Amino acid sequence: MADPLRYRTDAAHEEPAVTLDAFLGQTNATAVRLESDEDARALIPHLDRLALIEVSFPGFRDGRGYSAGRILREAGYTGELRAQGDVLVDQIALMRRCGFDSLVPDKPLDAAAVARALSRYDAVYQKAADGRPPIWALRHG
Amino acid sequence: MYKYDSYDQTIVDTRVEEFREQVERRLSGELSEDQFKPLRLMNGLYLQLHAYMLRVAIPYGTLDARQMRMLAHVARTYDKGYGHFTTRQNIQFNWIELKDTPDILAELATVEMHAIQTSGNCIRNISSDQFAGAAADEVTDPRPWAELLRQWSTFHPEFSYLPRKFKICVIAADEDRAAMRLHDIGIQLTRNEAGDVGAAVYVGGGMGRTPMIAPLIKDFVPIDDLLSYVEACLRVYNRYGRRDNIYKARIKILIHEIGADSYRQQVEDEWAHVKTLGLDPPRAEFERIAGFFAPPAYDSAAPDTIDRSDPDFALWVDQNVKPHKQPGYAIATISLKPVGGIPGDATAAQIDLMADLAERYSFDELRVTHAQNIVLPYVRKADLHALWQALDGAGLATANLDLISDIIACPGLDYCSLANARSIPLAQKIANRFASMERQRDLGELKLKISGCINACGHHHAGHIGILGVDKRGAENYQLLLGGSGAEDASLGNITGPGFDEDGIVDAIERTVETYRAVRTDGERFLDTYRRVGIAPFKEAIYG
Amino acid sequence: MKIATGSDLATGDVVWWDGEGWSRHIEAAVDVGDAGTGLIAREEAALRVNVPYVIDAEPSPDGPRPAHIKDRIRARGPTVGDDLGIKPASAGAGSWVI
Repeated sequence: MADPLRYRTDAAHEEPAVTLDAFLGQTNATAVRLESDEDARALIPHLDRLALIEVSFPGFRDGRGYSAGRILREAGYTGELRAQGDVLVDQIALMRRCGFDSLVPDKPLDAAAVARALSRYDAVYQKAADGRPPIWALRHG
Repeated sequence: MYKYDSYDQTIVDTRVEEFREQVERRLSGELSEDQFKPLRLMNGLYLQLHAYMLRVAIPYGTLDARQMRMLAHVARTYDKGYGHFTTRQNIQFNWIELKDTPDILAELATVEMHAIQTSGNCIRNISSDQFAGAAADEVTDPRPWAELLRQWSTFHPEFSYLPRKFKICVIAADEDRAAMRLHDIGIQLTRNEAGDVGAAVYVGGGMGRTPMIAPLIKDFVPIDDLLSYVEACLRVYNRYGRRDNIYKARIKILIHEIGADSYRQQVEDEWAHVKTLGLDPPRAEFERIAGFFAPPAYDSAAPDTIDRSDPDFALWVDQNVKPHKQPGYAIATISLKPVGGIPGDATAAQIDLMADLAERYSFDELRVTHAQNIVLPYVRKADLHALWQALDGAGLATANLDLISDIIACPGLDYCSLANARSIPLAQKIANRFASMERQRDLGELKLKISGCINACGHHHAGHIGILGVDKRGAENYQLLLGGSGAEDASLGNITGPGFDEDGIVDAIERTVETYRAVRTDGERFLDTYRRVGIAPFKEAIYG
Repeated sequence: MKIATGSDLATGDVVWWDGEGWSRHIEAAVDVGDAGTGLIAREEAALRVNVPYVIDAEPSPDGPRPAHIKDRIRARGPTVGDDLGIKPASAGAGSWVI
C-alpha cells in the first residue's frame, strides 16, 4: 500500500486496521476499517480510543463513505479519518469537506493535480465537516 | 430574478475552468471515457446518437431576456440553430462538439448560467411552478426557497455520488403545475393556522420503470429548518438507498421497500441530530434572496379588461392566458407545440423573439414549463393583443395549451441513445390527426405524453393519455396508457393492453377519445370520465 | 456483414470504419469480419474513436444497411428535420431507415 496523502501533523498510525466486527469484539484495537455498507454509528461509543478509521470506497460511484465521514466528525471524532480505495483526483475535495484527512488511492495521484483540486474553489455553499464557513455566513459576516 | 454576487459568479467561473482541464485531459487521453463520463455528466454533457448533447440548467425554469438571447447564440454558433426545452424546465442542445463545450460554458457563465448537475447521480436542477410569483393561488413565491436549495445542492460534498439521480421540486399552490409528487422530493409551501410558512414534504415519487407517487413524509417543516430537513432526507437515502441494481436505486424504491413510516422515523432521528449542526442559513440570507424576487413595478392603472373583438385572438386568450394575482395583468403561455412541429423545440430566431417580447411585455422575465412551453408571467392585459400578433408572425401563437396537441414528448430514438422508439414523429402524427382546433377544443383538457423508452422522460405515466415506445423484436412498438395525472390529483396511468405500431397507436387514440365523447357528461374532462367509467369501455373500443 | 462504428472523440460525429480510418459516411464502411473486437480496442486506445462497437449490417446498393434502426438513424440523422443529417435526405431515405 502506498503512503497515504496526509493532511495531519501527527505521526502516521502504525497499527493495522481491523474489521468492524473484529473491533467490536475486542477491546484493545485503535484502528478500524469500515466497509461501505457498514454503519459508522456503530463506532460512536468507541471514538475516544480510536486513532485511525479507514473508510472504504470500493468504487468511485459508491458515495456512502461521504456520509460515514461526516457522521464520525459530527460525533466528535478527531483521529485520522482515511479514505481508501477508488479515490480519484476529482473527488478528493469532496472527501476533505466530509472530514477525511488522509487519502490512500488505489492508483497514485499526480501531486500537482491534487494540489490544484484542493485549492480550486475559494468558497463553498454548505457547512460540512471541514470547518469552512459557508457562503451564506460570509455574506452575513 | 436572482442575480449572482461575486461568490456565485466565482463558483460558476471556476467550474468552467475545471471542466476545461477535464476536457483537455480527455482529449489528450489522460482520462478514459469511463473516467470522463461521470465528470462530463456532472456538467450536463451526454454522448447521444449523433453528437454530444449539452443540457443547460434553467434554475426553477426562470430566465431573463439576456439569458434567453445567450441560448439563441449558443444554438446559432455551436449547434444547428435550435434548442429543445425539456420536461425538467431545462434546455438541451443536440449537436455539440466536445472541444467547444468549455467555450460554451464560459459564454453561458457571462449571463449567470451553467450546466452544473444537470446530469449524474447528484441533486439535479430544482424545478418549480412556472407561474411562481404571478399565480393568483400561491401562498408565497416558491422561488427564493428553490434558489436556496440550488445553492445548498451545488457541489454538496456528501451528496454528489448518490445511488441515483435526485430531483427536487418546490411549489406553493394547491394547484400543482409542476408534477411535484412525481419528484424524489416534492415540497409544497403552506401556511399553518398561526400563519407561519412551512413545508409539506413528499418523498419518493418518480417515473421511470417503477413509477411512484410520493407519499407525504412530513406535513409541516418550519421554513427555517427546511434545508436541514432535506439534508436528513438525503442522508438516509445516501446511506441506505440500493446500490446493487441501477434500476432499484432511486429513493422511491427505498421508501417502497422499507415503508413510508419507517423512512419517516429514520429521517426524524437523523434530523434531530442534523438540526443541531447549524446547517440552516439565517433568515437574513433568505431575505437577501427573496429581495431579488420582489414583485415587478406593476402599473396600478393598467386596465383590467381584454378587447376580445378579434376572434382568433380571443381563442388564444381563452386557451393560453391565465389569471394573475395583479389586477390588469395576465400570465401568457407561448406554445412550443405547433401542429406538426417538434414538441419543445425552438429556433434561434424564435428564442430571440421571445426574449424581445419578454423585455417589451413581461418585465424582462420568462419561464420554462415542464410541459415544454414558455411563459411570459407579467403581461398587461392591454398588451396581450400586440403580444399575440408578434407571436403569430413567428409561428408561436398556437392556442392549444393543455389540449390534445400540447404533447409532451422526449427526444426519443431520433436523438437519444437510450430510446427504443421514436417519439417526435408520433407526436407529429397525432397532432396532425387532431389538427382541427375546433375538435381539440371540443375534447377539452387532455394531456398526452410520449416517452420513447421506459425511463419516462416524456412523463407517459402521468399523461391522461400516455404512450410508451418499446422495442418489439427490433421494431418500434407503442403501448397505450390511460388515466395518469401529474397534477394535484396525481395518478399513474394503466396500460390498456397489447401495443401498436405507429399508425395503430394513432387509431387507438382516436377510438379512445371518441369513446370519451360518447360517454362523457356535460363539462366532464377526459380524465374524470375515465375515472368514473374505468378502463373497460376504452378497451372494448380499442381492441373489441 | 459486420461493420464497426463509434463517435469522433472531439466532435461526437458518428463514424464508420472504412478499412484505414474512420469515415463519416456509412457508404465507406467495410466488413470487419471477426476482427472487430481487436480493431475497436486498438482504435479506442489510440483515441481515434470514442465508444466504438461492432454491429450487424446487410450489404445494399447504397452501402451497408445496419440491422438495427438505432444505427440506421445514426447513419442518416434524425428522421425529423430533413436538413439535420450528414447529407440532404433523399426521397428514399425514409424507407431505408424504417
